Amino acid sequence: MSTDETGPGGAQTPESAGNPGSPGQEFLQLITPAGERISHPEFDFWVRDITDEQLCSLFEDMTVIRRIDVEATALQRQGELALWPPLLGQEAAQIGSGRSLRADDFVFSSYRENGVAYCRGVDLTDLLRVWRGNASGGWDPYSINMATPQIIIGAQTLHATGYAMGIQNDGADAAAITYFGDGATSEGDVSEAMVFAASFQVPVVFFCTNNHWAISEPVRLQSHIQLADRATGFGIPSLRVDGNDVLAVMAATRLALDRARRGGGPTFIEAVSYRMGPHTTADDPTRYRDANELEDWAAKDPISRLAGLLDRKGLLTAELQQQVKDKADAVAAEMRRGCTTMPDPQPMDIFKHVYSAPNSWLERQQDHYARYLASFGDPAGAVSEEGAR
Amino acid sequence: MTQLTFARAINAGLRKSLENDSKVVLLGEDIGTLGGVFRVTDGLQKDFGTHRVVDTPLAESAIVGTAVGLAYRGYRPVVEIQFDGFIYPAFDQIVSQVAKLHYRTRGAVKMPITIRVPFGGGIGSPEHHSESPEAYFTHTSGLRVVTVANPQDAYTVIQQAISCDDPVLYFEPKRRYHDKGEVDESVDPAMALPMDKARVLTDGADVTLVAYGPLVKTALDAASAAADEGISIEVIDLRSLAPVDYEPVVASVRKTGRLVVTHEAGQSGGLGAEVAASITERCFYHLEAAPVRVTGFDIPYPYSKLEMHHLPGLDRILDGVDRALGRPNSLSGLEG
Ligand SMILES: Cc1ncc(C[n+]2csc(CCOP(=O)(O)OP(=O)(O)O)c2C)c(N)n1
Repeated sequence: MSTDETGPGGAQTPESAGNPGSPGQEFLQLITPAGERISHPEFDFWVRDITDEQLCSLFEDMTVIRRIDVEATALQRQGELALWPPLLGQEAAQIGSGRSLRADDFVFSSYRENGVAYCRGVDLTDLLRVWRGNASGGWDPYSINMATPQIIIGAQTLHATGYAMGIQNDGADAAAITYFGDGATSEGDVSEAMVFAASFQVPVVFFCTNNHWAISEPVRLQSHIQLADRATGFGIPSLRVDGNDVLAVMAATRLALDRARRGGGPTFIEAVSYRMGPHTTADDPTRYRDANELEDWAAKDPISRLAGLLDRKGLLTAELQQQVKDKADAVAAEMRRGCTTMPDPQPMDIFKHVYSAPNSWLERQQDHYARYLASFGDPAGAVSEEGAR
Repeated sequence: MTQLTFARAINAGLRKSLENDSKVVLLGEDIGTLGGVFRVTDGLQKDFGTHRVVDTPLAESAIVGTAVGLAYRGYRPVVEIQFDGFIYPAFDQIVSQVAKLHYRTRGAVKMPITIRVPFGGGIGSPEHHSESPEAYFTHTSGLRVVTVANPQDAYTVIQQAISCDDPVLYFEPKRRYHDKGEVDESVDPAMALPMDKARVLTDGADVTLVAYGPLVKTALDAASAAADEGISIEVIDLRSLAPVDYEPVVASVRKTGRLVVTHEAGQSGGLGAEVAASITERCFYHLEAAPVRVTGFDIPYPYSKLEMHHLPGLDRILDGVDRALGRPNSLSGLEG
């Protein structure tokens, strides 16, 4: 781990903070895979206020988003969604960071951060619009202070940096956070975002979820060094955390946000996790991934880890488990209902919002197409490839 | 002769090129172990090794930019851009470097780079996965831009592109990847119809219908539907979008007196405009009616539930044919 952060009491963060694993694998950890809480001289400070009740609520959040993920995958298999990018295994990274944000912070994410969107209070139907093929964007970004998900790998890191430049200009007490994958770190945009963020010392957090795979490409193809170390070359302090440890993720994100708000500039967080499902529902990971690897990571599952901690604390009661399950089922049912009752978009909708004001150029095309559709008794028959006449 | 899908035909063509020339190297995201997201490069890394078929880091500008360096060094890189919408990070390398180096070095440096781009819509994908960016590249001198419309061409033209000393953008109609057709793998690409030549697919007397890539099949379907109504359409597969082979189009329009051009890309500044203008210049006195364009709209590619409204289908093409023929059509009674 490399950071110049001076924590509470001005202590320098140790070089290998957390629980040292194999050489080069050190990362910050506050809960072991067995669910044991381990203390850390500096990072405990950042989660010292987390009560038992809040731990239970993190457990609920993580369970709910896993349930959302399973339900959406089922909806895709049933033909209700065209595609879905699962987040299975990344619940701690998304909930731990998402729950660290304030309402006035702004999120620029990739397509996989549905758990973060959940933390922002996204309407569950909105979450599915894009994947059902009904819209280009699922929500108004200003309604939940989260941009609509980015598909162009890495592009959002520049947007977050620019937004943070705006925050800085405005003298506001907020931060921007951007989420991206390990593969994204190879894109030029991400390097350029780090250059700008460091040059202008803006309040942005680069949250990189190293889930070990970029579709079929292993992280070692993207980087010869730990991703966290990459930021150092741009002059950006970085933290490497166990991404399956919700408390460690929270501690790191809170530290980074605090630094940003205090004028300390950008921070890069590498959350080391694992994508346990396919890249998307269209992907077949058995073509490139060893089953043993998946098994190893299943043993580090973020939800069972937190459950282990709750159990040790005597909090994992049958009542809690039932309550969490009921909540997850209810959320999933609500999402399914929203999905299957979503009205289909109308043909002429394709012309909406191309420009902020109408122009005769496009209106002419629109008018011609309306006449064309009207020339068929049954407009639906007009648009098959086989034709209607 | 074997029955192959487009995807398998391109795969077979790539394999031939890799076998025939040790300087051919493939570069791209996920093209190795996975065989590409469309499996077009399936099995090639296994058979030719990781130095010939290279899984690259996730960086399009770097993929094309390093191909430039490899070409300087005498290699013939074949680059895969995973989806049309991801070519833009590489745009600068393509238009500023790949396209111009031969000219800038007064012919000293060759850029025999093939850039494979799955393009076009109709597969129900989210945004950035269904674009038709060909016009950006046809506007850039120094690039050759080709597209294929049947598995045999897919097989032959990929080999012609790779052996061409100029840079070639090879657009693959992704919604046709699984369509099958006869492929004669013994065809010698050097003896086959050159990739920069258009091909007349049907003999027609009433209207010339120009299409390319994914819409060639739709155009042929439209021609046979029109034949049922007694209208005879001459379908031309343009194949090369830059440079365009105008001779067969000119000859056809001189015969039919009517031109319809169709493509999925938006209308404004599209290839249809170029073809219509060129044919008007060359065949003005043979034209019986103004050329008609049947294209996508000037909108960002719409979400998948509505993409069929954007994509020209058989009926929209026939409506365009009716316009060219002055028959009743959806715009009848409108002026201009
Ligand atoms: C510019 C660009 N190139 C390629 C793609 C295709 N693509 C989509 S996701 C992906 C892998 C991304 O991996 P990573 O950044 O590690 O994020 P993850 O999907 O693992 O969360 C690729 C290559 C894209 N969306 N954008």
